[in-house]
Amino acid sequence: MKALVTSLFCGLLFGLGLIISGMSNPARVLNFLDWSANWDATLAFVMGGAIAIAAPGIYWVRKQGSPLFADKFDIPTSTTVDKKLIFGAAIFGIGWGIGGFCPGPGLVAVATLQSDVIIFVIAMLAGMLIHHWFQSKSSD
Amino acid sequence: MDNWTTTPFEPWAGLAGGILIGASVVLLLLTLGRIAGISGISAGAMTKQGFERHWRLAFLAGIILAAIMYFVFWGGFPVETQVGPGWLIIAGLMVGFGSRLGSGCTSGHGVAGLSRLSKRSIVATLIFMSAAVVTTNLIRHL
Repeated sequence: MKALVTSLFCGLLFGLGLIISGMSNPARVLNFLDWSANWDATLAFVMGGAIAIAAPGIYWVRKQGSPLFADKFDIPTSTTVDKKLIFGAAIFGIGWGIGGFCPGPGLVAVATLQSDVIIFVIAMLAGMLIHHWFQSKSSD
Repeated sequence: MDNWTTTPFEPWAGLAGGILIGASVVLLLLTLGRIAGISGISAGAMTKQGFERHWRLAFLAGIILAAIMYFVFWGGFPVETQVGPGWLIIAGLMVGFGSRLGSGCTSGHGVAGLSRLSKRSIVATLIFMSAAVVTTNLIRHL
């Protein structure tokens, strides 16, 4: 129960961060990606602020031995750059560049109940399930 | 072409939001021992079972709760899509599929991964940033 409440609180912090920084607005994200006359550099400050906290924070947390509500840290250990990573990142980047939504902002924006945002999020979840289906088929 | 919505450059709002996102990443790792990657959390909420599903659903509920709080206390926030629904379907499918194939998105690779200097995340972030910049510029200026 403690773990679930904490997780909800973390999601709340994350969502508030996305809204306050304006990342929930695809117009702002696309104006960062589009390096023309109306360039909006805000996104760089969002990533900068997040990393300024997360980099020392993660370093400190990992020295604590184990997490508070779980047995051990579950952190990816692979260092292999493979085709999946390269193609996956490229496909994700193209989709992000088209719509201006990555997963977090899409989910926070869906609460506006705008039909085009709902369409985006359904397509995004479908894309994830398609990947899951391919993955479970190839591991059979 | 000038029919794109312009947005003001707001570095302080960006920094403040970024700090909350960073704090969320650190707190989730400190308590549950997990990396706050939104694509992985979303997919796992649909495909995993038991606690592995429940903590992810709780996190997603928190994200939605943030939006609801904004509506209740501050009257909402702007979400100005710049392309039509057909494009958004293509974008959604690519964002969903690509982020899973590449094991992460802007949060897992771009924030948490870069913060812990993961080689895979640095490569992934460079690739998706470049792909996004090229795509947006092609759509807007070609």
